[in-house]
Order: sequence, then structure tokens, then C-alpha cells
Amino acid sequence: MARDPMLDIRSLRVTYGTGRMQVDAVKDVSFQVEPGSVYGLVGESGSGKSTVLRAICGLAPVSAGRIMVDGREVPSPRSKAFYRTVQMVFQDPYASLHPRHTVDRTLSEPLAIHGERDAEARILQALREVGLGPSFRFRYPHQLSGGQRQRIAIARALILRPKVLLLDEPTSALDASVQAEILNLLDDLRRNLGLTYILVSHDLAVVAHLCDRLLVMRHGEAVEETSSETLRANRVESDYTRSLVEASQGFTRRTPQAGAPLAS
Amino acid sequence: MTAPLLDVEDLRVRFHLRTGTVEAVRGVTFKLGRERLGIVGESGSGKSQTGRAILGLTPPPGEVEARRLAFDGIDLLTASRRTLRALRGGRISMVMQDPKYSLNPVMPIGEQIIEAYQAHKKAGKGEARDRALAMLEAVKMRDPGRVFALYPHEVSGGMGQRAMIAMMLVTEPDLLIADEPTSALDVTVSMEILRILDELVSERGMGLIFISHDLKLVSSFCDRVLVMYAGRVVEEIEARNLRDARHPYTQGLMRCLPTLKDDVRPLPTLNRDPAWAL
Amino acid sequence: MAGSPPLPPIPTAAPVGMRAWLLSSEPSSRWQARLGRGYLGWRTFSRNPLAVIGLAVILLLVFVALFADVIAPYSPIAGGDLRTERLLPPSALHWFGTDDQARDIFSRVIYGSRITLMVVMLVAVIATPIGLLFGTVAGYMGGWVDTVLMRITDIFLAFPRLVLALAFVAALGPGIENAIIAIAITSWPPYARIARAETLTIRNSDFIAAVKLQGASTPRIILGHVVPLCMSSLIVRVTLDMAGIILTAAGLGFLGLGAQPPMPEWGAMVATGRNYLIDQWWVAAMPGLAIFVVSLGFNLLGDGLRDVLDPKAAK
Repeated sequence: MARDPMLDIRSLRVTYGTGRMQVDAVKDVSFQVEPGSVYGLVGESGSGKSTVLRAICGLAPVSAGRIMVDGREVPSPRSKAFYRTVQMVFQDPYASLHPRHTVDRTLSEPLAIHGERDAEARILQALREVGLGPSFRFRYPHQLSGGQRQRIAIARALILRPKVLLLDEPTSALDASVQAEILNLLDDLRRNLGLTYILVSHDLAVVAHLCDRLLVMRHGEAVEETSSETLRANRVESDYTRSLVEASQGFTRRTPQAGAPLAS
Repeated sequence: MTAPLLDVEDLRVRFHLRTGTVEAVRGVTFKLGRERLGIVGESGSGKSQTGRAILGLTPPPGEVEARRLAFDGIDLLTASRRTLRALRGGRISMVMQDPKYSLNPVMPIGEQIIEAYQAHKKAGKGEARDRALAMLEAVKMRDPGRVFALYPHEVSGGMGQRAMIAMMLVTEPDLLIADEPTSALDVTVSMEILRILDELVSERGMGLIFISHDLKLVSSFCDRVLVMYAGRVVEEIEARNLRDARHPYTQGLMRCLPTLKDDVRPLPTLNRDPAWAL
Repeated sequence: MAGSPPLPPIPTAAPVGMRAWLLSSEPSSRWQARLGRGYLGWRTFSRNPLAVIGLAVILLLVFVALFADVIAPYSPIAGGDLRTERLLPPSALHWFGTDDQARDIFSRVIYGSRITLMVVMLVAVIATPIGLLFGTVAGYMGGWVDTVLMRITDIFLAFPRLVLALAFVAALGPGIENAIIAIAITSWPPYARIARAETLTIRNSDFIAAVKLQGASTPRIILGHVVPLCMSSLIVRVTLDMAGIILTAAGLGFLGLGAQPPMPEWGAMVATGRNYLIDQWWVAAMPGLAIFVVSLGFNLLGDGLRDVLDPKAAK
């Protein structure tokens, strides 16, 4: 191993409820993420991929296993220092911004919590980083489009200068053309700021585009760890991953006639 | 050529709001035979409002206007409420995005299908029941007898959507309008649903309007695609020729999707030309 | 640039000057953003003529209460000549007539507005924060905190308002202050329930998760993020409840347990008028009318506020 992993998850288990109502949302999932790389978690609903993210940042209960960030085991409850290292971007930009707070208030909140100075300059810089001008500073969320909202959510996550960004389906609520813009932005930010990403998505193409390595999950279990190259070459091992790859190509008729599948 | 199943000419949907008038659909024209027609567009393109306007389901304060809006020779704009009611759910059906909101939560699934059938066909309870069971089987429900007695909240999203399709197709409609029928579902489940839809459409010779934001899906499923932008159809094209699309918007939409096959970085983004919306 | 905003509505007329500044989609300061929001709210509110009438009634109440000594032509307490000026019908001299103590009813109604306004304000100031605090804390914390706080709420909710107020006043002695405390104590539980219900829907939203992930403390989240969202439905509810509170205060006054004579409290005035209801109707009718108008004003205002603050519930 050349470098210590930025994130090291060992036999993570997340259990909700007790007794007969007990549900194992995540069962013995392990993976490591190199600093500066992008790691993908892929799966359908109920696969536990989002729960892994929520467990890392303390929004879901960890019932067994170990989470190490930057070489140190994370404290429980998570400390303020942890939140300076790890931040998250949520799926739905319409739900992740407080409807009564201006962009300015949303961005200044993390600075106030951590007692940071120069709020003014930092907010303007954060807006610039996500490609929005100062004219957006005093708008309310309802005055923004979905893509602009997601940019604000990314700016909020980056304003504390974290090392790790957890991305929970960051583009699945957006139109295709806006998705491309956000994916490009995330790509640029990672290179410029040396960030490590964990990307959760149901869309294999998005994961393959952004990630180096990825983990396919199903029913709370890891199915297969693979890389985007393997995925591209369609050399995946498990049948489940293969069915996901197939489905992501669009609809295919069993007896091909009219409407050939669009392969491009 | 025979008369089209659906003939839409210069369809407009307007909403008079306090802040002004918004025209969601601005002069859409198309003809539909017994084929699979896809309507693609991003949010706000007016694709859903087009589908709703055909069924007369434009929410208030919307206003529908068209030079011609005819289904099988029946003018939908001047038809009486009774005729419309008989058509709706009888000869024209609609499948919505989320079965959770379209199924009645306090009625077992089987009862709902029977009710839909009896509302449009003269049939006894026994016959309606047989039809409903047969329909549940046709949508590949594993255990139709059991699902028949379940309430909507007791089934998964995929099963609910199948029940919805069963309910919509039990009256053997001539036209099915599917508005994002699989967007709330997982990919593998949505492929199953599409396969069922595909078989039913080709077996029964229905016309299908498939409304979706997913260009890849629509082009692989439909015969013909209308691409909508800002309330207008900017391009109409055979699905298999989509790669030769002429309109820059269609081209842009195609290119900005990341694909498994090749790794383009950065992804080409769409530069919206204000002229497209004119 | 970032995505396409939804199609802009075709404006009916280009906004100019002040309006354009208020409606700017790119406010340049915190204040402009806030004022713009306020202006939009006012536009929604002022489209409802009944709501504007309600607001006018309440403003009139405040104005009358503030300038009672200027407006009232006579003293509300000292009566005139008991032999010649008792129970006079409305006239140019005494607009609302006089009562059995030969006092000018118009002046008493004017001064009575001060008592009504005080009741309303004190109840709002006492009951709303208690309800808000109980509800948001219970809803946000959940678990045993929720159980304990909500059971306390249930206990208070179990007492019928007027009966508890009666018991309270009986224990502490009659008087307007005790009546206010009694009303406040019995009116906060519904607010706690509303605040809790709102909090439960807010608690699991992504924007609360996001602020948690920034390391915000629980009080910060409740006060800065949850409370502002509960406020609007609570303000609507409190305003709509005001009519009931005025009636309860008047009821206590009528029973002789609220304001004590010779205070010109409207409920107590109706009570004295009861004896002369048939022949001297104005003695009871005038303060009764005042109660009616103010209660109606609060109800109309509440409906109007609901349109502005809580658009979901309006339809």
C-alpha cells in the first residue's frame, strides 16, 4: 500500500429496531478509499448504499464495525473536528436548503458554528467556487433553479474546507443537462481542492463517469467491488452487476425489431 | 393511410396566475396511430401538461385550447362530460409516475380493478373478478390471488405500478398515456414493467404515448420521439435515427449524458440558445 | 451558467421604482431580501378584502386603546347625575346611551378596549412561547423527553378552559390578572401540539440533517432552524384563537370572576346590562357589539394570515 486510506470502513453493520422488528440495513460492509480518489456505492433502493453514508457521518446508528477517517477512528457522537473533515451533499436540492433562509444565511451558518472569521470573504469565495456570482447571495431557495440550489448545497459543504465529501445521489433530482454541469463542477472541485469523494448513486453511468473504484450493493450486502474500467469493458463478475449494466443501456426488446437500442 | 387514433393540432395550455400568464404548452401538433410515441423533455418543457390536456386533466386554473384535438374522430374539446367520462379510463387510460398516489389507499387492489372494469363495461361481479385476476396475471404478478386482496401500501413500488397498469388496461383501451411510469422505480424493476407494457401494447394493438425525461429510455422503447423544449416540439424523429438528430437541443441532450462506454471529461454541457424557445 | 431557471412568467406590467427594488430577484442586501419577502406577503394578504377589514378592525382597536383618554368624552368610572342621567337611550350627547350608574357607555366601551387589548397581548405573550418551546423540544428530541412533555401537555389539555379558569380565579381571588393567567395556562397546550406536529415533519428533512452535519448544537437547531418554520402556523392559530380568548375573558367578566367593578370590562358590562335587557337594550348591546366586532376582526385577520403564511392549509 502506497498511502494510508483516507477512509477505512471495516465490517460496518447498521441495524434498526429490535426483536422481531429488527432490520439489518447494512451487513458487514468493508471498503477503503484512497486520498484524492472517488469511490462509488451503487445499488437499487433498499441496498443500504445511502445508509452507509449516513452511518459515516453519524446520521445512522453503527451497531458494529469500525469507521476510520484520515487514520483515526471517528468518535461517537461525532465531534466538531469530524464535521470539519467530512461533509455531505444531499440528493434533493429542494429539501436540503432551509426554505426561510437566504443563501447568505445558509452559507454563514457553518462559519458561525465553528467560529470562523471573514464570513463575508469566505461566502463570496464559496459562491465563486461553485460558479455562482455574488448576485445570488441574498436570494431565497425559491428564487433558484434546481441546479443552482445544488450548487449552493455544494458550496455549503465546502465552506469549512473538508477533506472528504459524501455525495448522496447529488444529481438524480436534476435534469440531464444540469446533471452534466454538476458532474463537471464536482470533477473540477475535486482536482482543484484535492478532495476525496464517496458517491452514492443508482445510475451506473454516473458512477462510472466520476469514480475510480466502486462497490455494488444489494439488500445491505456488498455484491462486488470493481473499477470503472472493468465496468466499461463489461468484465464484471456477478450476475447482478451484469443485469444492472444491461438495464443502464436502455430498454432492449427480446426479439429485436423496431426501435433498436440506442448504444452510444 | 387510415385515420389517426389521436389527432392533435396546435395544442396550447395556459395558466393564468397572479404574476402573469404562463403558457406551458405552446402549439403542439402531432398525429398518433397504433404505435409507441415518446415525448421527451426536461422539467418545465410542457410534456406532462400535453399528456394531461389530451385527457382533459389540466389542473385549474389551466386553460386548454387547440385547433383540433380528436380521438378516433371524436372531438375532445366539444365532447360532453359524459362522453369524456366514458372515454377516460375506458378507451383512453393513463398511468402516472407514482402508484402510491394513484391507487386508492383504503381499497384492496383487486376491488379497484373490478371497479375500473365495471365502470366502463357491463359485467357481473363474477366476470369482472375473472377479468381482474387475468389482468393481474398478464402484468406478471407472481401470485395474483394473493395480490388481489392486498391494500396498496402492502405491496412494493414495482408491484403497485403493475397493479396500476393492470387497472388501466383492464378496460382494453385504445390509447394509453404513460407519464413517467417507471421513474419512481429501480432500474431492474422498471425494465420488467416496460417489458410488460411493451408486450401488452403490441399484443393488443394499442397506441401508446410514453412521456419521460429519459432520452435513452424513450429512444430504446418507442418508435417515434417528440422532443419538447419550453412548451414546443423542437424535433420529431424516428427513435432509431436519434443519433442523427438535427436540433442542437436534442443533440445536446444526447451528448450530456455520461455513458458506460466511453469516458468523456468534462461532459459536454448544453448551451441553451434563447432562440429555441421562440 | 448554472442550469436553466423555470420559464419566467410573462409579467403583466413591468414593475417600476420601489416595487422593482422590492421584487428584485437579485437582492443586494439582507434587508432588501427580507423586505421583498414581506412585500410579497402583503400583496397576497391585501388581495383578500375580508382580511384587510380584519386588520383594520384590529388596528382600530389598538388606536382606540392607545388614545382612549383623548377619544372618550366622559370618565368611564365616574357617573353623572343618578337622578336625571341614568339609563338614557343613545343620543347626540351619549352616543351609546348611559348605564344604571349614569356612566357614558361609549366612554366605557372605549376604555374597555384597553382591557381587551391587554388580555389579548398578555395571553399571546405568555401562551405562545410556552407552547412553542414545549412543542418544538418534544418534537425534535423525541424519546422520553417527548413522552414527558406531551403528557404534561395532555394534563393541561384535559381541563376545560372555563372550568380551570373558574377554579383558578376561585383560588386566587377574582381579578383581571388572575383571569389572564388562567386563560394563558389553558390555551398553550394546543400550540404545543401544533408546534410538535410541525417539528416532526421538519425534524427528518435534509436541511436539518445538513445543519446537524455542520456540528450545530441542539438549541441552535431548534431556535434557528425549527422554530422559524413553526412560527407561521402558530401565529395563524393564535390569531384565530384570539376571538375565543376575548370571549372567555368576557365570560369570566360576565360571571363576575374577571375584571371587577367599576372597571369598564366589556363582559362585565354585558352582565350589568342583563337586568335592563328588555327596556334599555343598549346597556348590554353596545359592549356586546364591541366583543363581536373585535372577535370577528381577529378571525378575519387569522384567515388572511393563513393565506400568506400557510398556503397549504388555505384551500
